[in-house]
Order: sequence, then structure tokens, then C-alpha cells
Amino acid sequence: MTNPEGRFGIHGGQYMPETLMNAVIELEEAYARYKNDPDFQAELSDLLNNYANRPSLLYYAKKMTEDLGGAKIYLKREDLNHTGAHKINNVLGQALLAKKMGKTRLIAETGAGQHGVATATAAALMGMECVVFMGKVDIERQALNVYKMRLLGAEVRSVETGTGTLKDAVSEAMREWTTRMADTHYCIGSTMGPHPFPTIVSDFQSVISKEIKEQMLEREGRLPDAVIACVGGGSNAAGTFYHFIDDPEVKLIGCEAAGRGVSTLETAATINTGRVGIFHGMKSYFCQDEYGQIAPVYSISAGLDYPGIGPEHAYLHDIGRAQYVPVTDEEAVCAFEYMSRMEGIIPAIESAHAVAYAMQLAPTMGKDQIIVITISGRGDKDCASIARYRGEDIDL
Amino acid sequence: MSKIATAFEKGNAFIPFVTCGDPTIETTEAVVRSMVAAGADLIELGIPFSDPTAEGPVIQEASTRALAGGVTTDKIFDMVARLRADIDTPFAFMTYANVVFSYGIERFAARAEEVGIDGLILPDVPFEEREEFAPAFAAHRIDLIAMIAPTSEDRIAMIAKEAPGFIYLVSSLGVTGVRSQITTDLEGIVATIRKVTDVPVAVGFGISTPDVAAHMAHLADGAIVGSAIVKIVGAEGAQAAGAVGDYVRAMAEAVHTA
Repeated sequence: MTNPEGRFGIHGGQYMPETLMNAVIELEEAYARYKNDPDFQAELSDLLNNYANRPSLLYYAKKMTEDLGGAKIYLKREDLNHTGAHKINNVLGQALLAKKMGKTRLIAETGAGQHGVATATAAALMGMECVVFMGKVDIERQALNVYKMRLLGAEVRSVETGTGTLKDAVSEAMREWTTRMADTHYCIGSTMGPHPFPTIVSDFQSVISKEIKEQMLEREGRLPDAVIACVGGGSNAAGTFYHFIDDPEVKLIGCEAAGRGVSTLETAATINTGRVGIFHGMKSYFCQDEYGQIAPVYSISAGLDYPGIGPEHAYLHDIGRAQYVPVTDEEAVCAFEYMSRMEGIIPAIESAHAVAYAMQLAPTMGKDQIIVITISGRGDKDCASIARYRGEDIDL
Repeated sequence: MSKIATAFEKGNAFIPFVTCGDPTIETTEAVVRSMVAAGADLIELGIPFSDPTAEGPVIQEASTRALAGGVTTDKIFDMVARLRADIDTPFAFMTYANVVFSYGIERFAARAEEVGIDGLILPDVPFEEREEFAPAFAAHRIDLIAMIAPTSEDRIAMIAKEAPGFIYLVSSLGVTGVRSQITTDLEGIVATIRKVTDVPVAVGFGISTPDVAAHMAHLADGAIVGSAIVKIVGAEGAQAAGAVGDYVRAMAEAVHTA
């Protein structure tokens, strides 16, 4: 999808300090070398299958389908992966790549903590040092994941600048990388940042749609009518869309976090409220003010609470190939509760954004049509904050 | 010759930086006047950005203060226009790609020329992305300053070759901020630069004392100081002009006699 300069249409690029340019180029060259290397791919497949529990299930949500009374709904169960989210797919790939490059230390940003936990896990497995940057606000709302990262041997650094959320964690990880790149790989968690990160992350996450396609053809003998995923930076959505981009009959739908609504300032719906800008190494859509100052975005979901979106999604939006819809906190929380009761599956609050939109869409479709929702992660980490949202304090 | 180059005509240049609007635009205006009086050869005017990824805590905090105080790109243009009425010292803006991109690259360049800006430093626009910005600024006779880092290695010649104005040599790894020592082989980098260009080289990042500034100016053609000055502004607030002037005088003297 990228052209040789790492662009997706007008988006993407490498807007990075000169200090990091050789590190980014080194990564680009290493990835070009290993991407088609059969040994590397075999090693990665082995890790995905025998460590991370792939392939993940494609589950037919019968009760939900009957209850909504429209399209047949399947759930792609990334929540069943080791560490409880899709993040591990990308992390195992990047950690293995970093190791081949001779790096001994991984740094990462994290919002909800899922990418941080996955990175800490891969670092433990591969015997690498690990430092995770996490916003102060997120550390408070995701205490369980903070504990897990420390248990796994990672250092968690609290980021107190800015809004103390995901964007500040990314900025701080980038700053850390400029101080130390010889032995350190920045294991970025989403399809964002400077080229080649969006491509690398998208490639490593593409296993999601590769499996959906195979599993769907086996089960239904045809492709789905729509695939739906939540979008922050966009990695699980990129993975969900990847192998369907050239199948125009499959609708690609990304669900953005609208927070308290797209007409309020408390939103993180980048495509729906942002405009083109340059930040965190890439050109893409960003929530910003008239002078280009990045907006302090908000969502109940720490993983979607980011003012930008990956450049590939910006491009898919520009060309009309994918559709990006806003989903509010309230809708996501309702979907979180709905899926728990209806299917006995507690989705991550991020994934619940995709479920919420599917709940609106399914009844408008025919019973002969099929929707796949990617459940990007499990919801254990969110129980305390959802309880709080409903006015109940539980001690976790 | 560009106006930026005139800053280096009399010898080594001392280049102080200030975050515009920290804590108010009036303070910045007074600080700049006092820098000029104290012997600054070129002044870097920082347009604050909400998320400055190349800055350490001191300039991050200054940017936050300035934006909280309500400064905008337009208010900074107006301030530069007022200063230009009686100040001839070259000015360079330092800001981030999105501030310029969001304003409109051509519109920003035109307005910058109109108010009397001579150079622009964009730390998140490396050589690979220059072409998006360079033509508009060249057309408006503003030098888009190139940066070279300790990690640039085989990129040095490519970057230096057509760099206008002066070359900003980043002293060490990491973000802006005061450092106790600088261990990069700057002499080697300067020698590589000299093979392809005659434009002056100024060293920045981490410099705070007259001794280090003099040493850097001796290795190259100038020294850039940001965080140490922004720290003074942070401590002195609206009354910072006097203290900044004293500091700049000592630093400029050390650089000029190096």
C-alpha cells in the first residue's frame, strides 16, 4: 500500500528529528531484509501459534445474531490471544526483528496498558530489557496492567506532561529513543509514527484478516459483507482490513472513540472531527486547534484516547475505501454490558466501540448477510472503570 | 548573502533562544530587546507547540505556559513586526512542522517575510521531508535551517551540501536541555561539513556555561543556547528581561572572544 517514500496517498512520511533518522532507516533496511526471509517468518509463526495461541477463534455469535435480528455476526476473538489482546501479534514480530538487529532493549508507549503488557511479555520471553511509558492518568485507570508489566520485569515510567495520556506516552518514548538508539528498539504499538512503523505494524497485524478470510471461507464459503474494528492509532483495524482491501464487496468499518460526543470537545474521533496535520512522525488526520496545536482528546477508553490516526486509515478514508464512524462512551459501555450478558464474553472497552456500531448496523442488514467484529481484547482491565462509570466503586 | 549569514560576519555568533509568549508576549518582547542590547548575533524565536517531541522538560514547560497564556502564531507575527521597527538583528523562528503546515506553508512563509523573519528551524522536518517546505521559504527569502546530529554520519554531506544560512549542529543525543558534558566528536563532524560547504556551523543542545559556549564556538562558528535562558524566564517571569540580558552578555562575550 505504501509507495517507496513510505506514503499512503498524501499521508505518512518521516517527520522525525535528524537524530533518529539513521535509526529509522536502519529499521527500514532490516525489515526489508527479514520480511520475506523464510527463517524469520517460520520463527514468527512458531511464536504466534505456540506461544500466543493463534489462530484465534472466529466465533459465531448466535444469541447476539438472533437478538439483533439481522445480519449473521461473527466475532474474531483476538481477546483469546496470550496477554489478552491483538497487541501481541505486532510485538512478537517487532521484538524478533529487534533481536535480529542486535538490539537488547525495548521501549514502548502504552495507553490502556495492553501494548505495554505485550511488550513486557515479549521482552521477558526473549531476554530483553524493557521500559514502558504510560501517561499518569492511564496509570491510574489501568492499575492491573501496570502491575502486570512490573511483574513481567518491565520498568513503567509515568508520563506527567501534557494530558498524561497515550499521546504524551508516545512523545516521551520518542524522546527516550533520541537519547539511546544503539541498543534500543522503539516497539511502537500501533499503525502510526514515521515510516516504516505503520507498514511494519500493519503487516504484523495482517494475520487477523488472513485468518478471518480462511475461517470464513471454510465456514460460510464466502467473504463477509462487512468487517468492523475499533480505531485509535488503528492497528487492530489495519489487521482486520488488510486482506479485504482488494475485495470491494467487503465493507471496512472503523469505529472511533467519540467520547462524550463529536459535537463536544471531549472526543477522540479523529476522522470525524480532525483535519490533516503532521505529528508523531507522520502526516495524517489529527484533532487540533486552528493554529495546529494538538487537542487534549478524551475517551473512556485509554486505548483509543489518541488525537491522531494511522496514515493508512487516513488514506483509506480519503479514497472512500473504509468508513470511520464515531461511537460514544455511553454506546460503548452499553455494548460492553450487552456482549457480556448476551454471549458471556467481556470485551475490552476499546473493542466494545466496534460492538456498539455492529449493534446498530446488524438489524439494518438481511439475515443472509454477514458481519465480522474484531474483539481486539478482553475486558478484565476495564471492569473497575466501567463500574465507576455506572456509579459503583469496586476495589481491584 | 542571506541576512542569517551576516550574524557570522564579525566572527563567532552567539544565538540565544526564547519561547514566545512565556509567560506573556510583552515579556518576550522585552527579553528580545535585552538580548539585542547584550550582544546577541541572531535570535531564535520559539513558536510554542503543544507537544514538542524534540524538547526536554524546560522548553516543554515553557511551551505549556505560553499556550496557557493565550499566545498564538498570529500574535507572535505581530510581536516580530513591532520588534523589526527598530531592531536589525537577524531572527529565526523555531517551531514544529504542524504549526507551519496548519497555518498553510505558503501563507506562513509570506507572513514571516512580511514581518521580517530571516530563518526557520523545524526539528521534526528532516532532509527527506524538506521539499514540502523549502521552496516556499526560499521564495520568501527565509533560510530553512538544516540540522545535523551526532548520529547523522553518512548523511552529513547530503544535508550540508545545499543548506542555506547556517547549519544547526546538535551537540549530543537526546532532546534539548542543559547537559553537564558534551562528548560527541564535533570536530570530526565539522570537518566533514567543511568538505562540502562554507556556510557557518552553530552548535546547540545542552550548552549553558560561558566556557562550554566558547569551546563550541571555537570548534564551529557559533553557539546556540535555549533551555538555560528559558529556565531564567521561568524563574523570573514577567521581570526576566534584566536577568536574561546579564546572562546573554556573559555568554556572548565568551563566544565572541573564543
